[in-house]
Amino acid sequence: MPAKIEVRSLSKSYATDKGPRPVIANIDFTVADGEFVALVGPSGCGKTTLLHVLAGFERPDQGRVLIDGAARDRPDPRGIVISQQGSVFPWLTVQQNLMFGLDGRADNRVTADYYADLVGLKGFEKAYPHELSGGMLKRVEVARALAVKPEILYMDEPLGALDALTALRMRLELLRILAEERHTSLLVTHNVEEAIHMADRIMVLSPRPTTIQTTFEVPFPHPRNTSSPEAQHLKVAILRELGL
Amino acid sequence: MPKIGKILSPLLVLTLLVAVWWLAIVESESVIFPTPWQVVTGTLELVQQGTLWAHIGSSLFRVGTGFLLAVAVGVPLGLWMGWVKGAFTMLNPLVQILRPISPIAWIPLAILWFGVGDVSPIFLIFLSSVFPMTVQTINGVHTIERQYLRAAENFGVSRSRLFRQVVIPATLPQIIVGMRISLGVAWLVVVAAEMIALRSGLGYLIIDSRNAGNRYDLVIAGMIIIGLTGLLLDGTVRRMERLKTVRWRYAR
Repeated sequence: MPAKIEVRSLSKSYATDKGPRPVIANIDFTVADGEFVALVGPSGCGKTTLLHVLAGFERPDQGRVLIDGAARDRPDPRGIVISQQGSVFPWLTVQQNLMFGLDGRADNRVTADYYADLVGLKGFEKAYPHELSGGMLKRVEVARALAVKPEILYMDEPLGALDALTALRMRLELLRILAEERHTSLLVTHNVEEAIHMADRIMVLSPRPTTIQTTFEVPFPHPRNTSSPEAQHLKVAILRELGL
Repeated sequence: MPKIGKILSPLLVLTLLVAVWWLAIVESESVIFPTPWQVVTGTLELVQQGTLWAHIGSSLFRVGTGFLLAVAVGVPLGLWMGWVKGAFTMLNPLVQILRPISPIAWIPLAILWFGVGDVSPIFLIFLSSVFPMTVQTINGVHTIERQYLRAAENFGVSRSRLFRQVVIPATLPQIIVGMRISLGVAWLVVVAAEMIALRSGLGYLIIDSRNAGNRYDLVIAGMIIIGLTGLLLDGTVRRMERLKTVRWRYAR
């Protein structure tokens, strides 16, 4: 399979009062087209920074990020970030939010309504975000991202702010949608079970400055049963890598 | 609190205040300070003469003009200074130097430049309200949450759309707060500004009533009318806070 994302000897530090503080130390990996890769690691290990570098929001100090073989050093609608805190514009209705990235396209309303329907927001097109629950807001966020047909989805703990039940429901919906649309996906998460449920491959990151500690393949076919003995076995192995 | 209580409890406070005032006049047998009833008859006298509406109208016209000018200057200036770092660096010291100068200190210059017509009070009202308007707008731009700008950048929108669809709507709640503060300040300085006005306005009414025959009933009538009008003006601007596109900021 051709490499969609290619990360070559990537390093990044932040300037602090006490001099530069390394966050990412010399990371190499590739992600194939259509592949779903999860990144798990301890809190504050630099996962979000890594995702922001990949998405073009931050520049690496050293190394390169190649998307389809070409350097990408600025944000681009071909790779959309979905973050934990959410970025649905509260001053726009659901429909206007979904149309935000579709400006100037003739069928933008049709596309917006299609994706609203896909994530279960039918009937809420005219609602404002403050009238919606947390789970509904996350649907808006996901639908807005999907509507521009990105090649890559960068998900930074997308379900982290939801209650356990809503998060599980959204996870199942995401799996259903991704099975249809086949985006290349990167998921940063604390939730090992979520990673096992969704990803083709799980990379365990070390504490800061972060490197890739271990990589696990997840060979189970979808739909997955995360309570199967094999899945539990994998979970234990990953948690052990994380020092638990 | 039930709805009726929201009206009754402030009304109770006002009634008590009037009662204490009345009692104090009766007890002290003051000859100059008017009783609440004298204020009422004084106000009716103004209504019969037809001058009361003229005074209110003049004041509203000056405050309205000064305030709208302040919005017309303060909002674009604030957006520019908030968004463009160089503009902020260049202009913020000037704004902070001019801001604490009381509009009253500008009266001599206003008379020198504009004489004693309508322009001077409008200028003073403009000066008093343009700074809070500008500062609130700048503050609104500076406190736009990062994730919204990131998302807009991610979707690759043009600079003009970023400004129209993200920066301005994200700042709008703060702009409305700025308008409330500005209008409040504009109305606050109307008396001072109309000290130099000829023959009209609530400020003029107060000063003139004092100078021409110690009519303290009219002085107090003028003060109460200023207060009540201020309440109505604030209520009008507050209605804007109910707009759906800005409610997210207040509804939390």
